Order: sequence, then C-alpha cells, then structure tokens
Amino acid sequence: MKLTLKIWRQKNAQAKGQMVTYPIDGIDGDMSFLEMMDVLNNGLINKGDDPVVFDHDCREGICGSCSMFINGEAHGPDRLVTTCQLHMRKFKDGDTITIEPFRAAGFPVIKDLMVDRSSFDRIQHAGGFISVNTSGNTQDANAIPIEKANADAAFDAATCIGCGACVASCKNSSAMLFVSAKVSQFALLPQGEIEATDRVLNMVKQMDEEGFGNCTNTGACEVECPKGISLENIARMNREYMAATMKG
Amino acid sequence: MALDSKIPSGPLADKWTNHKNDINLVNPANKRLIDIIVVGTGLAGGSAAATLAELGYNVKAFCFQDSPRRAHSIAAQGGINAAKNYQGDGDSTYRLFYDTVKGGDYRSRESNVYRLAEVSTNIIDQCVAQGVPFARDYGGLLDNRSFGGVLVSRTFYAKGQTGQQLLLGAYSAMNRQIGRGKIKMYNRHEMLDVVKLDGKARGIITRNLVTGEIERHSAHAVVLGTGGYGNVFYLSTNAMGSNVTAAWKAHKRGAYFANPCYTQIHPTCIPVSGDHQSKLTLMSESLRNDGRIWVPAKKEDAEAIRAGKLKPTAIPEEDRDYYLERRYPAFGNLVPRDVASRAAKERCDAGFGVNKTGEAVYLDFAAAIERYGKEQAYVTHQDANDAALVKKLGQEVVKTKYGNLFQMYNKIVDQDPYNTPMMIYPAVHYTMGGLWVDYNLQTTVEGLYAIGEANFSDHGANRLGASALMQGLADGYFVLPYTIGDYLSHDIRTGPISTDTPEFEEAEQNVRKQVVALINNNGTKAVDYFHKKLGKIMWNKCGMSRNATDLQSAIDEIAALREEFYKEVRVPGTENEFNEELAKALRVADFLELGELFAKDALTRNESCGGHFREESVELDGPQKGEALRDDENFTFVSAWEYKGAPKDAVLHKEELNYENIEVKQRSYK
Repeated sequence: MKLTLKIWRQKNAQAKGQMVTYPIDGIDGDMSFLEMMDVLNNGLINKGDDPVVFDHDCREGICGSCSMFINGEAHGPDRLVTTCQLHMRKFKDGDTITIEPFRAAGFPVIKDLMVDRSSFDRIQHAGGFISVNTSGNTQDANAIPIEKANADAAFDAATCIGCGACVASCKNSSAMLFVSAKVSQFALLPQGEIEATDRVLNMVKQMDEEGFGNCTNTGACEVECPKGISLENIARMNREYMAATMKG
Repeated sequence: MALDSKIPSGPLADKWTNHKNDINLVNPANKRLIDIIVVGTGLAGGSAAATLAELGYNVKAFCFQDSPRRAHSIAAQGGINAAKNYQGDGDSTYRLFYDTVKGGDYRSRESNVYRLAEVSTNIIDQCVAQGVPFARDYGGLLDNRSFGGVLVSRTFYAKGQTGQQLLLGAYSAMNRQIGRGKIKMYNRHEMLDVVKLDGKARGIITRNLVTGEIERHSAHAVVLGTGGYGNVFYLSTNAMGSNVTAAWKAHKRGAYFANPCYTQIHPTCIPVSGDHQSKLTLMSESLRNDGRIWVPAKKEDAEAIRAGKLKPTAIPEEDRDYYLERRYPAFGNLVPRDVASRAAKERCDAGFGVNKTGEAVYLDFAAAIERYGKEQAYVTHQDANDAALVKKLGQEVVKTKYGNLFQMYNKIVDQDPYNTPMMIYPAVHYTMGGLWVDYNLQTTVEGLYAIGEANFSDHGANRLGASALMQGLADGYFVLPYTIGDYLSHDIRTGPISTDTPEFEEAEQNVRKQVVALINNNGTKAVDYFHKKLGKIMWNKCGMSRNATDLQSAIDEIAALREEFYKEVRVPGTENEFNEELAKALRVADFLELGELFAKDALTRNESCGGHFREESVELDGPQKGEALRDDENFTFVSAWEYKGAPKDAVLHKEELNYENIEVKQRSYK
C-alpha cells in the first residue's frame, strides 16, 4: 500500500504545531497502525530527521497508552480497538490519513502526538479507591456474595483503560465516561457503598477543576470507546451525584 | 561473598510465622522518618508502594510510563492462583506449594514457595476488599478455572483481564496514598543507576523522559519491581518499554543476577506474521481449558494447508494429531507451558506446521462449542440433535468465557475463531531468572530489594500459569512490607539521606557521560537494527532448544554486536527533550550485556530443566524417551552471577537447593 500521512508535529508544549505531510510506501495490511508508524519513523531516522513521537507500550490494547486521533476519530475507523490494534487492512492503497493528538484542555500536548493525561490520575487520587489497608486479615473473599449481574456490570465498567478517547471524541471535552466508569464499578459493589457519597463528590469536583467539560448526551464517547464502556455509567454517576448532594 | 539465603529454621509450615514473630519492627512514629524508593508500579511495585505508605513510610515511586496504571502487569489475562479450595477439589497450601515446586522442575527454593502458597489466600481477600470484580457464579460466590500443570481449579479470574483488574486494584490503593501525600509519584522517569553509600543502597539516578533532566533521589532503602527481561529477544509478549536496565544497573553495582537463562516461552501466542512485527500477542493459557491443540497427522495435509489449498475444518477427525493428548494422556492440553511449547516446536520442526511459515499449530474450539451447546440445549429444553442450534448455543457460552480473546484474535489475524481453529505458536513471555534475593527479598546489596518478576525466587526453571500475578502481589502486599522493616529498624536514627555526596556525583556523571556519548555517536544504524539482530541471535540460539555449539557462538556474536552498537548506533535529537530513540538506546545497551550473560548461564547449565532445554540432556529410553532430563547430582543449585566488567568475566556463585519436604522426581505429565 502507498499512503499519504498528514501528521501533527509540535516540538514541545510551548511551540506552535502544524500538520506535516509524509508519503509512505510498502505498507502491508497485516501491520498494525503503530507498526506503520514504526516504518515511517525508521525512514525518518535514516534520513537524520526527528521521528514522530507518540505514546505506546503494550501494543495489545490494554495499557491505554496509545492515543491518536485518526481521520477525525479517536483510535481511527475500526470499532472496539485501540490504535495499536487497528490494522492497516482497514485502509486502502492511495488513502490519505490524518493523524492528530487527542485534543482537550485537560490533555496538553507534550510533543507531536503525545499528550499529558495526568489529569486522569489526579481524578483517581480524589476518590477512585476503597479505603482498605493491606492486612491479610480482611474478611474471607466469599463472605459477601455479590449478585452475578452486579458483579458483571461492575467488571464491565472496570475494564476502562484510561486512554482518554472519550474526552478526545466529545465536543465538550467531557471526561464523564471515564469518571463514571470508576464511580459505577464501586457503586455496584457492596464494598464501595461506605464511601459512595464522598467518592462521587470528590471525583466530580476534581474533574471540573481539571478543565473537562460537561456531558450533553451526544454519545460520541460510547461509540469511540475501545472498551465499549456504556453511557449508562454516566446516568448512574448522575444519580449517585444527585443522591450525594442531597445527603451532603 | 558467600550467598546466605537467610532461610529461617524450623518446620516448613512454621517458617514464615516464626520469622514474622522474630524480626524487628519500626514503631509508627519512626516510620515517618524513613524514606523508601520503589521503582516500577506493576503488581509488585504498585502493591509494595501502597502498603509501605499505609504503614507510614514516605514512599517515592517511579515508573517510565505516563501513569502507574500502565505497567505491563495490566496485560496479564488468565488469572491468579490461590489455595482457597472454594471448589472443594482437594486443594491446600501444601498442594499449591507442591505444584509450584514440581512445575518449576525442582529448581526453586522450598521456603519461598511455601510462603507464597501460604499468603496466596490473603491476596484474594485483599483484592475483593479493594473492589476487584472477579468472576462470580450465579450464587454470587467467586468462580474458579483450571490452569496448566495442576489437577485442581484454583485460578481466580476476571474474564481475560485479570491482570488489568488486579493492577487497577493496586493502582487504586496507590492513589489513596498519593492523595494523602504518602506516595510521591514520578511518572515518565527511568531509573539509570543505583547509588550506594557505605555499601548500602541509598538512592537512585533517574532521567525525566519528558525534559531529559538527570535527577538524584535518596532514600533509606531501594525496592526494584521493574519486571522481567523478555525483550532481550526483541519479539516477546512484553510491552515495548519493558526492559532490564534497572535490574542490570543494580547488577553492575553488586547485586548478583540469578538464573538468567530461565525463560518462559509461552505456548499459545499469535504467530509472527512478517518482518514488520514489533511485538507478539499472547492468547491466555485459560484457552487450553477448552481448546484442543492439533496439527494434521499427514504431512501432505500440512503442506496443502500451508499452500492455502486445504482448510483445517475439512480435515477429518482421524487425520488430526492431537499431539498433547497423545503424548501426555494424564494432563493432555493442560501440560505446563514449557512442555506444551517444546511439543509444538517438535511438530513444526518435523514439518507439520500450519501457517505460511510452517510455525503454527491449531487451537480448536469446535469440540468445546459442541459440548457446551448440547449442555445448553438440554438445560433450556431444546433439541440437542439440532446441529445448527447446538453450535449457536455453544458459541454463546464460549463467547462469555473468552469473548475478548476471540475478538483480539479476530482483529489481529482477520479470521473468525468461532468457525475456524486459531493458529498459535510459542513466544517469549516471562523470565523466571532475575536478581538474586534472600528469603527477605534483599539482593546481595544491603538495602536493595527486588520483588515480582524482577527477582528470581519462586518459579524455579518454569513458572506455572496464573502464578506471576500471585507472586507479584504476594511480594508487594504481604512479604516485603514485613521484611524490609527488619532492615529499616536500624535506620531510625539515620535521618534524611543527603544527595550531595561524591557517590551521587559519580553516579550522576556516569549517566550523563553515557547519554552524551550515545547522542554524539554519529553512527549509521537505528537502535532497532541492533535490537532486532540481538533478538534473532537469542531466539535461534538461546530459545526453546539449546546446545553448546550454538550457545558458544551466541556469546561471541553478542559480544561482537555490542562492539558494533557502540560504533554504529545513531541516536537522533538531543538529550534535553522527549527522545524515545535515546531511551531505547540506553535499554538496548544493557540488553546487549545481559544477552551474553544469559547465553553463558545457559552454556554452564549442562542439563535440561523447565524452560531451559539442552539438546545434550534428554531421556534416551523408556516411557519418558525424548523428554527433558535433569541432572540433579550436578545442577541442584541456583546460579548467581557476580558482575566483573565484561559479561564473559562474570563469576558464578552457587546457592545449593535442599528439598526436605518434597521428593525430587522426574517431572511426569504422562
């Protein structure tokens, strides 16, 4: 395959960025999108140019590092995959592919396609946990049976990989899908009930402070989420938030 | 220095309890005066950092990823073992201990493995309390599955994302402590040296990967939870960033490196598709619960498949060779990983491989789909003889069990595993070797600890499935936080450690020199050129099957490649910015040294054990003909290598292994 790549290049957080065009040849359908980027970068290095910087690590769709906005979609045209699992067979010979970073006020660009998502960590610091110390003497794991449907729903919410595709896809740069996934996981489990009020209030407060927008229910986040995190989680978080403010 | 494993005296089952009762404690007020550095935030590092901070120590945690949640433990799929015996199938601490020692081919330390089995149940309790959503059955209780090398169901799981859920549990425990200011987190930082003051580890040198800044960090003790070194093979199931650098720098500062040649080559990975390949993807071992592994029994069928003229589904049952079931009737498709991998290689080498390159075997779910489908038809009072209905119902069951794995396979290979068998081949997955540690998880450098995959301690020559997560969390939650207290109890009057010392200065200057030398090298070849070349040498000569001639030539080739690297490597950009090529070059430089020690260790160990298979050491006759042959008389020891400059000059120290509670036998899965 022969392709034309249009890629966002930005030297550092302070510099002004721009789109740069790169022709590329010899791309095989079995390559992943990131392996295609490797081919590009090897060519750039051999020419003595700076390679394109992007986040990536596990390359099997679970670490949540990769974060490219490809042809106007977070993680590109395929569904339920991260960029590392997007394969070039989804493109045709002669295609032009536009590649940008995940853009949001809460995700400042570090360099090229790499952004700073530490805002997500700070939201988790605010309440994304159950306060239990390590002792080895917590009660037996089977002491509290949990209804399978709730356990499964908690698991589905917990599979969020924190990549930020939801934010990048949202016209409001809202992080509600991300935050609600964690709030939901704990709201669905008896272990999470004790701290439910503080958790949702603190996490939402931090989310707002990080500069993420509000949810207007367009649902773009759910469509682009590589893990299929459901919009229902946002509804659940809203209910939790409402209940918490009334209590508080 | 003579190795002292510091195994407590007394009966095996009492050692850990007695040891905990005997060691010194640090009082809560004094813990506030003590700093601990934890490098790596996977299951081991993350759980250790959280627990140490809960205890009251001041923790500084480091990871090279942009968030601790992205450490590669996240990618573990299948599950975590624990001797809960919830299934009532006869499991016990002793059996988990026994299976682990046997699975490790009698090359692990009894006392450590017993402790691991003992605390395994605490891990499950702890994780459930944290809100980890393990799979449950309809009664609301925890579900279990079975894994390779054992005859009980003791594996707890969260679909195919167990590692993710456990890591997010540890990450949440860390987050609570970061929010309280008890952990100071340094993301996107790479550790590039250990600093010793008066012989004790008292700090590290790091490079901020975003700004390029070289920094000094001090503490009263340093803990490495930096994972394994499988990426020395270039292609592995490890993450792109997984590296040996932290462990290797520790080795250069005096920490012995144990059993570097013990590598786990995992039998069920997606085969290599071409030269562009940057990494390999694992398909969880849990698939072997329901998948049957086979190749065509006739060579002409295998050839027709490779040429694309025949479909696997067209081969009748009698023309298939379910070689694991044939060779190992007792364990069948659930033999341990090393055995399954070698058996796949044996069939492919004999010409029965089923993909274009002839390096793949089938993992087939048709039988499981039919079995589950019939069961479902019966339960729902439908026609169990309706083949189409049975298939549909069976596929639904398989989807709930392995849906995400099937989807992943489909995305990568572009084939539908519900209707055609998966193709799989072994790939480098885990390294049992690592920094030598004593019973307290301390390396041969005082105050320097290694936990999780970074140490060597519990898996012997082969790790059983679902035991890596168990070991990482056991070390981090339940072992290190106790043992490190014993050491730190002597530091309550030490006060803050200054970074303004000649030792910190020397270490920092060394790092700066290495960085500048790489940037200014002006070579002609990218880092990947060397890494790929190293990987080929390792795979071809230090892979699933090893012999003296190949190992010797690997040693020579790696040494030559290392020389070429320093002459010819080209690192673009500068040192004061995010520079991935520079980070890669620093890592590959260490892989190029480790690789040689790896081959030297493999050459020295002239026996077959676990994942280390020497062609010179096989059973020549009898029912076990062709199977690996251990040499217990000469090799019942841990190889611990001391750094002396070039890898070829490394000095071997032996820790003799004593089996007092287990009868050492030929491992049989027949």
